[in-house]
Formats: sequence, C-alpha cells, structure tokens
Amino acid sequence: MSSAAEQVHHDEHHDHHAPSGIKRWLYTTNHKDIGTLYLWFAFIMFLTGGAMAMVIRAELFEPGLQIVEPNFFNQMTTVHGLIMVFGAVMPAFTGLANWMVPMMIGAPDMALPRMNNWSFWILPFAFLILLSSLFLEGGGPNFGWTFYAPLSTTYSNDSTALFVFSVHIMGASSIMGAINVIVTIFNMRAPGMTFMKMPLFVWTWLITAFLLIAVMPVLAGAVTMVLTDKFFGTSFFNAAGGGDPVMFQHIFWFFGHPEVYIMILPAFGIISQIVPTFARKPLFGYASMVYATASIALLSFIVWAHHMFTTGMPLFAEMFFMIATMLISVPTGVKVFNWVATMWRGSLTFEVPMMFALAFIVLFTIGGFSGLMLAITPVDFQYHDTYFVVAHFHYVLVTGAIFSIMAAAYYWLPKWTGKMYDVTLAKWHFWCSLISVNLLFFPMHFVGLAGMPRRIPDYSLQFADFNKWISIGGFAFGLSQLIFLALLIKACKKQGEPVSARVWEGAEGLEWEVPSPAPYHTFETPPVVK
Amino acid sequence: MKKGVLKRAMAVLALLSASALAESNGESMRLNLTKGVTDISQQVYDLHMTIFMICVVIGVVVFGAMFISMYLHRKSRGAKPANFHESTKVEIVWTVIPFLILIGIAIPAAKTLIAMEDPSNPDVTVLVTGSQWKWHYKYMDNDVEYYSVLATQPEQIHNKFEKQQNYLLEVDRPLVIPTGQKVRFLITSDDVIHSWWMPAFAVKKDANPGFINEAWTRVNEPGIYRGQCAELCGKDHGFMPIVVIAKEPADYQNWVDEQAEIQRKAKEEEQKLLAMNMSMEELMENGQKVYQSTCAACHQGNGEGLPGIFPALKNSPVATGDVKHHIDVVVHGVSGTAMQAFGKQLSLKDLASVITYERNAWGNSTGETVQAKDVNAVIKGQ
Repeated sequence: MSSAAEQVHHDEHHDHHAPSGIKRWLYTTNHKDIGTLYLWFAFIMFLTGGAMAMVIRAELFEPGLQIVEPNFFNQMTTVHGLIMVFGAVMPAFTGLANWMVPMMIGAPDMALPRMNNWSFWILPFAFLILLSSLFLEGGGPNFGWTFYAPLSTTYSNDSTALFVFSVHIMGASSIMGAINVIVTIFNMRAPGMTFMKMPLFVWTWLITAFLLIAVMPVLAGAVTMVLTDKFFGTSFFNAAGGGDPVMFQHIFWFFGHPEVYIMILPAFGIISQIVPTFARKPLFGYASMVYATASIALLSFIVWAHHMFTTGMPLFAEMFFMIATMLISVPTGVKVFNWVATMWRGSLTFEVPMMFALAFIVLFTIGGFSGLMLAITPVDFQYHDTYFVVAHFHYVLVTGAIFSIMAAAYYWLPKWTGKMYDVTLAKWHFWCSLISVNLLFFPMHFVGLAGMPRRIPDYSLQFADFNKWISIGGFAFGLSQLIFLALLIKACKKQGEPVSARVWEGAEGLEWEVPSPAPYHTFETPPVVK
Repeated sequence: MKKGVLKRAMAVLALLSASALAESNGESMRLNLTKGVTDISQQVYDLHMTIFMICVVIGVVVFGAMFISMYLHRKSRGAKPANFHESTKVEIVWTVIPFLILIGIAIPAAKTLIAMEDPSNPDVTVLVTGSQWKWHYKYMDNDVEYYSVLATQPEQIHNKFEKQQNYLLEVDRPLVIPTGQKVRFLITSDDVIHSWWMPAFAVKKDANPGFINEAWTRVNEPGIYRGQCAELCGKDHGFMPIVVIAKEPADYQNWVDEQAEIQRKAKEEEQKLLAMNMSMEELMENGQKVYQSTCAACHQGNGEGLPGIFPALKNSPVATGDVKHHIDVVVHGVSGTAMQAFGKQLSLKDLASVITYERNAWGNSTGETVQAKDVNAVIKGQ
C-alpha cells in the first residue's frame, strides 16, 4: 500500500512542516518518534539502574563493609528496583507498543497523539526527581522499592516526599499510555482486523493496558497515604492511631501483583510474534493464547497476598492465596506448551531475535518453576525474603521481560532503521548476556536456600564463595550491555545492509507490509485485512 | 546455538541435582534448604524436595521437547514446516494434567500448613519483640526478660579484625528454649516491621508494630541454632541475628530459675544505687561502653549522627541543654521518630552513665553528672 513515491511525499511533508532538532523530539506527536523516545529513555534508565546494581554487587563481593555504608546500600537496592520496574521495563514496553501497535493493526498513529507526547515527556522529570533525592542530606528512599510502612513513614527521611511525587508522575504517565493503547486498539483497527485476528503482541498489550488502568491508581493511593501518614499526621498504617501496617502491604500488593503481569504479558506477546516467524509455522493455539493471557490477568487480582504469607494471615487466607497462586501456573504453562508446539515440526532458523526468544522460554520457565515453589505456603515461610526470591524475580524480569525486550529490539530494529544491524555484535551480546546472567542469578537460588536474607549489605562467611561468583556474573552482565549500546549507536547511524520490507523470511503481519525503514506516516489509507 | 543451549541446560540440571545431593555434606557449603530439627521443618523440607522434583521432571519434558524440535526441525536439516496450529484435544490435556499435579501438591501442603498454624496448648511461651536493631525476649511464665544484640565486633565488620566463624550470626544473649516441649512465640515489634526467622525450625513470622503474631516449635535435638531478621527494617537490618539454644528440659528449668534469680537481684541492686552517687570517671567510663553498644548505631561513635536521618548529639540542644529534658528523651524516646524509649531497655546505672557521657563527650562540656536517682525521678514522673 505504501509505494516508494508515497514515502518520498511523506518525508517531504514532514520536512516542510515539522520542527527539526530538539524541537522535533519535544513537540512530536508521531507514534514512531515517541516510541523511539520511550525506548532510548528505557535503555538509559536500564544502564542507570544497572550501575546501581553494580554498586550492590561490588559491596557484596566479599563479607564485611568495604565500599558503601548500609544506609547508602539500602538506597541503592531501593532505587535500583524503582528504576528497573518503572524506568526500564515499563517504558520499554510502552515504547514497543507505540512503535508497533499502530503498524500491526493498520492504524496511522496512536489515537491520542498529544497525550502520547505528554505521557512520555513527564517521565524524565519523574526520574530526575527520584535520582536527585539521592543527593539530598540524608539521601533518597532507603526502604526498599516496596516501601513498607512504617519504615517509609515514621522512620523515613524527608526525601520521601520526592519519592511519592515521582511515583505519582510515573503512574500518571503509565495510565495515559494505557488509555492511549486501549483507545487505539478499540477504534483504529483496519477494516477486517477483528479482535481474534489481532497479533498476539496487540492482544497482550490490550490486556496489560487494562491492568495498568486498574492498579496504577491503587499505587497512587498507597503513596498518598504514605505521604499523609508521614507529613500530615494521619494514621492509615500506624497502629497507635488505629491503623494497620499490614494494610499497607495489602494495598501495595494489590497493585504489585498485577504489576508483575504488566511486566510480563507484553513479553508473552513478543515471544508469540517471534517464535512463529522463525519456525515458519503459524502460532499454535492462537485462541487459547488469548484466553490464557486473559485468565492470567484476571487471576492476578486474587493472588496478591502470596507476597505476605509471613505477615500472620488467617489460615483460610493462606490456603486461598496458595491455591489461587498455584492456579496461575496452569495458563502460564499453556503458553509455554504452545510455543514449543509452534516450534514442533516447523522449519527452524536461529537468527538473533529467535536466540533471545528461546533463551526467554527456557529461563522464564525456570523463573516460573521457582514461582510455583514459592506459592506453596509452608515452604514459602523458608523461602520468603531470601535470595531464593531474588533469584526468582530476576529470572522472570531479566531473562524474562528484559530478554523479550531485547528479542523485540533485534526483531523490529531493521524495520525501524531500514538496515540490518551488526549481527556479529548482536551474537556477542547474546552469548555474553546469556552466560553472565546465569552466573549472576542461578547461584542466588543456592544462597537463598542456604539462608541468606535479601537486602543485607553484609553476610556471614558461609555465603562468601557464591557471592563472589554472583558479583563476577553481575559485572559481566553489566558490561555485556555496552555491546548492545554500541550496536544501537551503529544502527541509529544507519550503518549496515539495507533490508527488504519483510526483513525475515517467515515474518507475517501488517508491519512487514510497509517498506523498511517504516515511513514517518504509515497506513494513512487503512489496509484491508482479509 | 542448539549445542550451546543444550550444554547450558545440562549444566543447569547438573547444578540442580548437585544442590539436591550437596545437602548431606554438612554446614560449610550448604546449597539446599535445611531439614531442620523439628518435625515441621522436616515436612517442609520434604514438600520442598517434592515440588522441586516435579519442576525438574516438567522441565526435562518441556525443554526436552523443545531441544528435540530445535535439532530435528531445523531448516538447515531441510525441515519443511507443517501447517497445524490447533488441537483442542492437546490443549485440554495440557491444561488438565498440570491441574491434577497441582491438586497433588496442594493436599500435603495444606496438611503441613494446618499443623504449622496451630499454636494451641504450649508448654512455654516467649514474647519476642523486634526493635531497631535487636530482639527482646520475655518469658511469659517466669520473670525473665532481656535484649539480644549482635555480638560481632564492629572491627570485624569494617575489616580491621579477621572475621570469626559465626560472623554476623552471634549474639550476646541467645534465646534459650527446652527440647521436646511446645514453645509458643508471640511476635511483635516496637518500631518498624521485623521478621523473626529460624531456618532450623521452619519458623518465619513478621513482627508487626501494634499487633501480635503467633508461631510455635518443638525442637527435637539440643543445640545452637542461628537465624536472622528477614524483613528490611532500616540501616542495620543485616545486623540483627537470632540465636536459639535448645536445652534438655531439666537444663532449661535450671537456666530459667537461675536467670529469674539474677534478674531479681539486679533489681534490688538498682534500688540501693538510688542512694549512691557515682563519680564522673565511673560514669564516663561505663557511659562510653553503653553508648557504643546502644546509641552509636544511629548517633555514630563520634556523636555526629547521620545528617538528614539521625540527629547529631555533638553540640546538640538536647545534650547540652536542660538535663531533665535530656533524661526524658532518652527514657521515653521521641514519638514519631526512630528514637526509642530506653527507660525499659537499660538499667538506671547505664542510663545515668550514658546521659552523663553524652553531656560530656565530643566537646559537650556541660561538666554535669547524672545519677541513678535523677533518672529514676524522671521515670517516676517527678
């Protein structure tokens, strides 16, 4: 539908009317520009949060306090978590949604382009506020990214106000992003693009967007209550004033558990796009994939208290949350089985996106297994708040969510730039990441089972050997990401071989119908989907 | 690619099975969950191994199918893609089978959970109170109570002395409980949330300020067991270990009677102290010790505090101003802040000496001494 002539016309159109330089990026309402902004922002935040992880791993390299004091260590674990969740993973997925959702459903742009601009441009301010709080007297937030009261209220320092404000801005940004995705998908699908024809990435993002709208206000409520408890004398979480500190955890995890799925459902979508392409075979069980995603999303609202088994809940509640949590493994298992069935009797090739996707399937599933183990309440009493939990959520978030984002970048980057990236560098990036990430996170299972608690700056001697290896893995994984940075800079300079519109032999979907690089405006005339 | 992934998978499995086997090799390099020393902790261990093995088997099947497919169905081997993409039968099978497996795990898990959550009919009850960053134990059936704090020297933590065997896992006064009897723990907190965790008993329960949680154990073997606080509770969260000594019931009874006697005598001594005056040197010497063990974690050894978090005492209005106000702050704490009420934590002598020390150290030269009777007057509200 978009001929070369049209493309030239669009580019001219753009050159004549759009501002250039920094103003192009500040004022842009184009979904592709905003997608690029989100992705670069997420990558910068990924490196920033990663640098904090390096501080953590350097301190934990051997027993004793060497590099940082415990209070600063706690700030590092807190801000590392906040940045990786709200600054790296979520904006990266929003960036991918901005780029790909309109192109996948045959829409010319996002439905609400000006709000799109705003939802991105408030994000850098949120993180500037958060990061600048680290430089205040007394330092930034030091109560863990879960900011349990009363550690975050009565016992926190004054920078808590900045933390609350920045979380509010992040939440507003996420909600606007989510509204945009829903409105776009509901209203701007090309003729013939029925719901059950939508690519899985679009489906998973649609469901994710509903989760975001449901729970980000809950987070906003939680931080507001923390703010008023700390500064305005309320007692939501203070037993002395009739409140309950455990209620904070109920509210936080009512947000926090769906949040976990917010960070993994789009990843499922990405893998469901990539595996069929390189298996040259349609996705197995498309409908069951959609239903599984929806059931995971629904179940995610009734499992929150599995994060709180040790808080002293009634037996009935412990049973309920154990069983509900175990149930989630059923639809999640269906997804993994479907990916394997998609590969079965396909015609497989192993390009870089597929390498990341395969690593995702194996390593995410390992994270799923430890998740199932954590669901068993009596055993969770032993696992809870140890490195076993740290291993678990880093398997699902790093080798899960982040590997899927990298797979997505390697999958769609040629479509964005029109050039094939440096495949040798990409393979180096993959293998270095794969080996180091397992050296980093796998031994954490063992130190956790052996009894090492989370969030401690110093540990007893029995854990020394493993922590050394974990730190070495951490440094190697951090350095491996610089290969990715080099690759991205080369790609943005438009170096490399030009690619065809389809890019990958087995690629199916509307995004592969437009030329590479994708013109500034696509699908001004909607395509017709058969 | 395929070889690499296969190798990794093998390595992963090898590590996993190593973790299962290495357990028997003793304490030094434990890689697996402890079996512990109670019937409950043994059940928990068995559940852990069951679910772990189920995961390994599922992993072998699923990853096995994936790797077989990656080997057999490669384009480079000339594989032609099939076109199937749906099978309701298969979908039902792999929904129902996991479901049945889950029911199989849930039943024994529920049984163990019900047993763990039944603290009724205890033989001994101990009130466990967490505070930043120490544990307090109070025997509800005897007049015995005390604080239990980290015993590792700061010099070991700051790498000036060599680290000893029980680095960070040693306390000045361990909790003592009898073997073979049902010991109930009532767990609460004075400030933020802590979590009392003893891996060998499979007991981990949060200490919530203003609420009391219950847990219980029945230890089969005498011994010394070590654990740690498991919930982030501020700066020194990593430095509040738990040590429990389990003694034969007769030994336990002797110990608890002895402690009750010691504590009764100490209270008598304290009353005598009210009539005496201690010298400045005595007060300063004892005060420095108490300050280092009790106050320095927040206000720092040099009295300068941590700006923005813990206030300085050096040149502070409290430590150089009205002495009654100073005593009041130390004895009753400051509500809404991390400043604890030390009136119930320290003896009159220690309170008097530490306040004297704070008023005369680091250039705070008030020259005043504070005596036990001055502190007692504030405590009694005079």
